[in-house]
Order: sequence, then C-alpha cells, then structure tokens
Amino acid sequence: MTHLAKPRFHHPNLPVNGVGLTRRDYEGVVSTLCAGCGHDSVTAAIIEACFELDIEAHKVAKVSGIGCSSKTTNYFLSRSHGFNSVHGRMPSVATGANLANGDLVYIGVSGDGDTASIGLGQFCHAIRRGLNMVYIVENNGTYGLTKGQFSATNDKHSKGRKGADNLFHPIDLCSLAIELGAGFVARGFSGDKDQLVPLIKAAIHYRGFAVIDVISPCVTFNNHAASTKSYDYVRDHNAAMGQLDLVAEADEIRAEYAAGSSIDVALHDGSSLKLHKLPASYDPTDHGVVLHELARIKDAGGVATGLLSIDPNEADLHDLIGTTSTSLNAIDEADLCPGADALDAINASHR
Amino acid sequence: MQPTDISDPEYFHKVVDCQWACPAHTPVPEYIRLIAQRRYADAFMINWESNVFPGILGRTCDRPCEPACRRTRIEEKPVAICRLKRVAADYKGDIDDRLPSVPSLKNGKRIALIGAGPASLTVARDLLPLGYSCVLFEKDPQGGGLMRTNIPTFRLPTDVLDEEVDRILEMGVEPRFGEEITSLTAVLDEGYDAVFIGTGAPRGKDMKVPGRAEASANIHIGTDFLKSVAFKHIDSIGKRVVVIGGGNTAMDCCRTALRLGAEQVTVTVRSPRGDMKASDWEIEDAEREGIPILDNHAPKEFVVEDGRLTAVIFEKMRAEYDQNGKRTLLPTGEPPVVLPCDDVLMAIGQDNAFPWIERDLGLTFDDWDMPVVDRKTFQSTLPTVFFGGDAAWGPENIIWAVAHGHQAAISIDLHCRGESLADRPPPTTNLVSQKMGIHEWSYDNAISHDRRVPMPHADLKLALKELTVEAELGYDERLAFDEAMRCLNCDIQTVFAEPLCIECDACVDICPVDCINFTQNGDEADLRERLRVPAQNLDQDLYVSDVLKTGRVMVKDEDMCLHCGLCAERCPTSAWDMQKFTYWDNQAQPGPVHANAA
Repeated sequence: MTHLAKPRFHHPNLPVNGVGLTRRDYEGVVSTLCAGCGHDSVTAAIIEACFELDIEAHKVAKVSGIGCSSKTTNYFLSRSHGFNSVHGRMPSVATGANLANGDLVYIGVSGDGDTASIGLGQFCHAIRRGLNMVYIVENNGTYGLTKGQFSATNDKHSKGRKGADNLFHPIDLCSLAIELGAGFVARGFSGDKDQLVPLIKAAIHYRGFAVIDVISPCVTFNNHAASTKSYDYVRDHNAAMGQLDLVAEADEIRAEYAAGSSIDVALHDGSSLKLHKLPASYDPTDHGVVLHELARIKDAGGVATGLLSIDPNEADLHDLIGTTSTSLNAIDEADLCPGADALDAINASHR
Repeated sequence: MQPTDISDPEYFHKVVDCQWACPAHTPVPEYIRLIAQRRYADAFMINWESNVFPGILGRTCDRPCEPACRRTRIEEKPVAICRLKRVAADYKGDIDDRLPSVPSLKNGKRIALIGAGPASLTVARDLLPLGYSCVLFEKDPQGGGLMRTNIPTFRLPTDVLDEEVDRILEMGVEPRFGEEITSLTAVLDEGYDAVFIGTGAPRGKDMKVPGRAEASANIHIGTDFLKSVAFKHIDSIGKRVVVIGGGNTAMDCCRTALRLGAEQVTVTVRSPRGDMKASDWEIEDAEREGIPILDNHAPKEFVVEDGRLTAVIFEKMRAEYDQNGKRTLLPTGEPPVVLPCDDVLMAIGQDNAFPWIERDLGLTFDDWDMPVVDRKTFQSTLPTVFFGGDAAWGPENIIWAVAHGHQAAISIDLHCRGESLADRPPPTTNLVSQKMGIHEWSYDNAISHDRRVPMPHADLKLALKELTVEAELGYDERLAFDEAMRCLNCDIQTVFAEPLCIECDACVDICPVDCINFTQNGDEADLRERLRVPAQNLDQDLYVSDVLKTGRVMVKDEDMCLHCGLCAERCPTSAWDMQKFTYWDNQAQPGPVHANAA
C-alpha cells in the first residue's frame, strides 16, 4: 500500500468521454493492497471500461464479499452505490438489489476464496438464476489476507512460496460456470488490459450472468517460479481464444476480418460482440466444444483466456420470473403497497 | 528508439526545467527544499555559489525559470522561484564563515575588470579564491553597475545591493572607482594578464521625431533619468509625465516618476500589448499603482509652445503579421491622440558603445560595430581581452551577466594557466536514491494543490510617497513554506531498472498524469502518438527503456511527470526508484563551497 494521496492533478490532455468525464473521474480511494498486486490492474481495467462506456457512476452498484479482491470495490467509481457484504454472500445481496432495481449496472468483485470456497454455493445459484450482473473473480490461487495458503483454484502440484506441494484438484470456475449455464464466461489476465478491458465492457453490455475469471497474480505469496498463477507463468502459457471487440450500436464496423474465423453475437441493446482470430473449429456458442477445448488446454498446462463461452439468447432473472421492469423506487406507493384488500385477493386466489 | 542514456548529465538536467532554463543553472528545487526546512543559510549559499546575487536577483531577476516551471503545465502559475530566493536572502542570518577563503599569497596573475556590474563582480568572485589579483574599474563612485543605476530603490533597496556588492569587494578586489576608462590601450599598457570588459549597454536609444530637439529640456532618456535619480541628481519631475516604451526600463521610469511627485503618468507603447517587452509582473506592478498603459501608440510629434514641451502627439497603429510571424506596424488612419504633458521619459532600448576601444589593437568589430566575441569562451579576437554581460551581445538580464561571468572566469583562468580554452571543466553531477525504507523517502513527495501565494505589497499610499519604500514586502516564513511546498521536486528523478521490472502495470495504473507506458518500440514520432496520452510537447523528452521480457519497452513522457514517486511507491520490485539528481555547472573554482544538503 502507499501512504501518499494520489494528486488530483491530471494530464491536461486527458481524453473526455461522452458524459464529460475523464478516466480520473472514475477512480476511488487509493488502494491499500500490496504494491504490484494484480487486483489493482483489474481495478484500472474496470475504470477504463466504465470510462469508455460513458457510464455514469450513480447508475452502478458495486458489490463484494470478503478478501483482498473484495476490498477493491472501494478503489473505483467512488460515486457509485456499493455493498461490501459477508464472506461469500455477495451474490445474495446482488440478487436482492437487482430485483429491487434492475436499472443499475451490477459489478460484483470477488476472489477465489470468496467464490470458490465459502461462496461456491452462492456463486452457483446466482448463475442458475441468470442474475444480470458482471461477476469478476480476481483469481490468484492463494489466500493473501491470511498469509498465503493454497486456495481452491490453485492448480494441483503448483507449489507454495516455501515449496509446499498443493495436493488437491483445482476448481475451474469457468468450466463450472459454463456447466451451470452462465450466459457469458470469460477469462482474463490482469497483466493484459488490451484483452481485459473489452471483456469487461462486453460483460457490462451482456444481459444475464457474465463471469470473468481474471488471473490476478499475488505478488507477495504466489508470484514465484513454481506458481501457475504468476505473471511469468500466465504470460508464457496464455492461450487466447480469439480477440473480442464490442461494437456499439452507433459504431460502424471498420476492421476487416478474415472470413470463417469470426463470430458475431447481437446483444439486446443493439450492440454486438465480434469475436475474431478464433482457433479453427472453436465455437464459443457450443458448450460441448468449449468444455472439451478448455479441458485440453488445461491438461497441457495452458491458460485459456478470452471470451470462452457465450449464449446468444440472453435472458436474465427478471425475464425468467416475470417481475416488473420498473425499479421499485420508481413505483408510487399506491402500486407498491396496494393494501390489505389486494393481499386478501392474492391469498384468496391460492385457496 | 534507442534506450535513453541517463548517464548523460544533460538528460536529467533537462528534466529539472527551472535549473535547465536558468542561465547560471542554479539548483532550484534543492534550495526550495532547504527553505521549507527553514535552512535559509544553506539555501542562500546554494544560490550565492551559483548566481552570486541572491538578494538582488530574488527581487529583480527576469526569472526565466518560472515560465519553464513544470507546474505551469498542470496548473495556472509557476512556483514563485524568484521570490523564494529572496526569502533565503532575507532570513539567512550571518553567513560570513561560509564564504570561500581568499589566499593571502597571490598567484601572481593580475586581471583588470572594466565596469563594476554583475558580470565583472562574478568574474572577481570566481577568480579571487584562486589567488588572482583583480582590479575593478568603474566610472561611477560606487560598484553595482546597472543594478545600482537603473533599478529603482523601491524594487531593490540600497542596503541589499550594498551587502551583495560589498561581499565581493571585501574578498580583496582592488577598486578603482570614479575612474572612467577612455582607452583600452592605456589599460593594456598597465600589463594585465587578462582584461574583462563588463561595461554593460549604457547608451539609451533616442528617436528622431519632430520637436525632439526643441523639447529636449523636458525629454529624458530613461536609463539616464533612472541613474540621475539613483545618484540623487534628480528629485522632482513635472505633474504630467508620458513614458514612451514598453520594456522593463519604461516600467521602472513610470513608477519612479510617480514617486517623484508626478500626478498623471501614462505609458505609451508602439506595439500591441501582447508584444510588450516588459515582464508580465512588472506591467502588473505598474498597473497596480494606477498607471495606464496605452498600446498601439507611436509618437509622431513633440508639441512645443513658447519653447516648452506641452504635449506628445501619437499616431494609432495596428500590427500585421505575415506568414513567418514577422510583424509590421501600420497606421490605422484614426485621428491622432494628443497627450498633454510636462515631461517625457524615453525608454525604447539600449545600445552598447565602445568609443574607448581603439580599433587598431587587433580586437575585431563586426558590421554592427560590436566586438566579435566567442559564444562559449567569451574571448575576443585579442586573446587577453574577454567580454561578458550586456557588453558582449547587447542588453540581457542580471542572471545572464552572472552566467557570462562564470564562463569568462573559467576562460581567464585557463588562459592564465596556458591551457586550451576548449578544455572546460565538466559539470559535477550525482544521482542518489532517496529511498529510506518502505514508504519512506528523504524528500516530501506529497503534492501540494495550493495556488501560488500572492506577494504581499506595502500600502500603496505609503509606497508612492518615498522612493526608498520597498514596494514588495517579501514572503514571511509561513507564506514561504506554503509556496515552497508547491515545488514538484523535479530534481528527484524517476529512474527505471529494466531487469527488475515484472511488467505488472502498477506504475501505469497509479500515475496521476498518465505518463508511464509499456508498449512496442517504434521511432520517436510513432511512439509519441501511441502513448496513453500522446506526447505532444516536443521540448520534453521520452525516457525509453531497454527491451523488457514481453518484448515491449517502458516509455515515460517526461512532460507531465509530477515527481510524486507513486510509481516507485507502487513498484513491487523497486524497478522504479526516486533518485536525486545533482547538477553543478562548471565554475572556475577549485572545489564547491556550497553546503551540500543531504
């Protein structure tokens, strides 16, 4: 962490986005994480994505659980709504908030402990429900806050900082999410913002559950030579599954893509996702192909990154259970609390 | 691009914008830090060694450092470097024991210095500790040159001037004041080992306008007028005064006229206001005293009635600029403007004049009748004769005269030792880490967001009554501290070590001004375009690393860096470090006498 306040001065030529803000306007307080923590780069990527999408901070809700990762919601969009919840219980809070107000962008930030251990059940059920949110896992394979024990995502036979062997199989959050029906599943690397920022932007546009598993090295406990979650390992074993562009409705498509190697997915809001440079025969809309390919890459020691799987038929919890599209704070009191007579009528209908 | 060679002393020197811009290369951030620590004597000595006249320059310097100040690139106003220098001089206390010792046993070389202005005094200051005997000729009864004759006492109190001039005279100069040199041959005949000519640009320009001759009793050349006031030959002036000219001398003339009892003083300038030569702050000071400045007014005629000046007639002008930016002033055709007046002060520039230098000595003069002087060595075509200050290439400022003096002293020293004048001593540099521990740095790296502290002024009514009341009161210690904290410590350099970098992006993310980049290498124009914020200030360098593990390079745009050290704070591997860069310009001194701050 740093003891210095970040100066308010910024570069006079800093670009301004469509709502008149600079990148600096999307920052939060200065991070208290270790110097060089991958999580801070993820924070910077979220800031960049929100800046580029002209998002207004008051239309965002940040939710998190417990852990190094979950602290980071304090480091971006300081003017947003936020809820730092109980360990592993962020999905429940996000579900409740989303049902009350579906108009906000929900950005959940969690870690491998918060998601793959104590919150694994919550994670699975949020996916099942198709909750419309961006769920970012800052995955470093270690419990940093408690001094570096292996987490549930740490690869088998990856070693601890002092040489201890990890004996257990890892949970692959992306495969699990695909298995459970998550509509948007991606993996990023904190050290590659060129890839990560478009993933976050696409995830924000996607209506439904969008999970991004971001390999985010722990510089203090898990960035050594025998780690599979270090800067060097991920750089050396990165298998990028195509390149993603978010094409906003208003944008004309300028780039030329080689035929047959790209896939377009139209989103509900008029924008579309363009995936190109895909490996031959890789189809991110086909779960069977995706799971097979992910397993193959993992067995070879690789780290598959990019937009791994996408369901073009977006649907979120509100669609599934038929709730009102108006947020509760916009419904007047008479409609929101119709009174005892209305309740009696409902009860009567169940008799 | 090739990796930046940070071992080149000029690379980091250029990053210290104020020091780079200063002709004498005074280590500005270093003395500002010392002021913040209330180490005024240490701050003073750094200045004294480098620019010789801290008290004088702290009030009168043309401050080329301030427009260069990095702070102007991120907010409106630069650090008040000049006025902080004055603080060091005001609060220094007794520094006599810190002055260099002058050997009683001389080296046998005798140097004649002609004109006791800042250039000659600097040469004397540099050469006396080396054992030279210095004879100082001055036609006026006191030393100081234009600092005494042309800068009014309300800007530069006499005791400040005397203190700093006497400090040098007391080092053992042999003064020959009140002795006007009329022949260089006569001086050379006295057998000096070298002669330094620092006679300034003493001749005020005149203009040929109808009525000039008839009205001459009430038309005064600005520099002559100021000098007469300085030596108390003039103590009054007419009620209505018109000043012609837009330079700093004009500003001094109009403010002096007010203090001599003029009731209505008007400054007139031929050119548009934006083209005025006077420093912004001197214009500001004149206007604060209620003096109107009429631009685009060209004098056309002096009106004389009954043998006495009664008015000046001006033609209104407009400026036109051609494609190369060359200006032409054209009459607008509007009716002429008549300004009734009793006296005119003409301050339209100064010239050098060397009627006393014989033209058959082997000292070459150019087509403009100016001596041919080497830009680096300050030597004339007569090897024993050197020039400096305004005498060399025309009117400049005190700080330039000081810079010339240092270089001329080096040349004279080399000349007297029989060495080549081209073998000049290199600058002394050092680069030392400021890291004291985790999150501990030996400099205050928190960035102050404060605006420039305004200079307190004496009550106007009081100030305008007396020539000797100093208009500016100077900062007190509290204000000086606040202003000192605005300094960005540009001499604390961001130094990058490629082998340590793990390319985690922490520095990129934290940098408040987006100046750090990791990207593919390219040529300079291409790289400048591709940075997070394109580097459009071509005066500022790019700091480029060697190739990193991912094949990329680190590129830092030096332009906006705040030197806050957040990159080094955030770097997990100390690939970034904050290192203090010290740069001492070369001087003819056996060793530095400055108090070296930790």
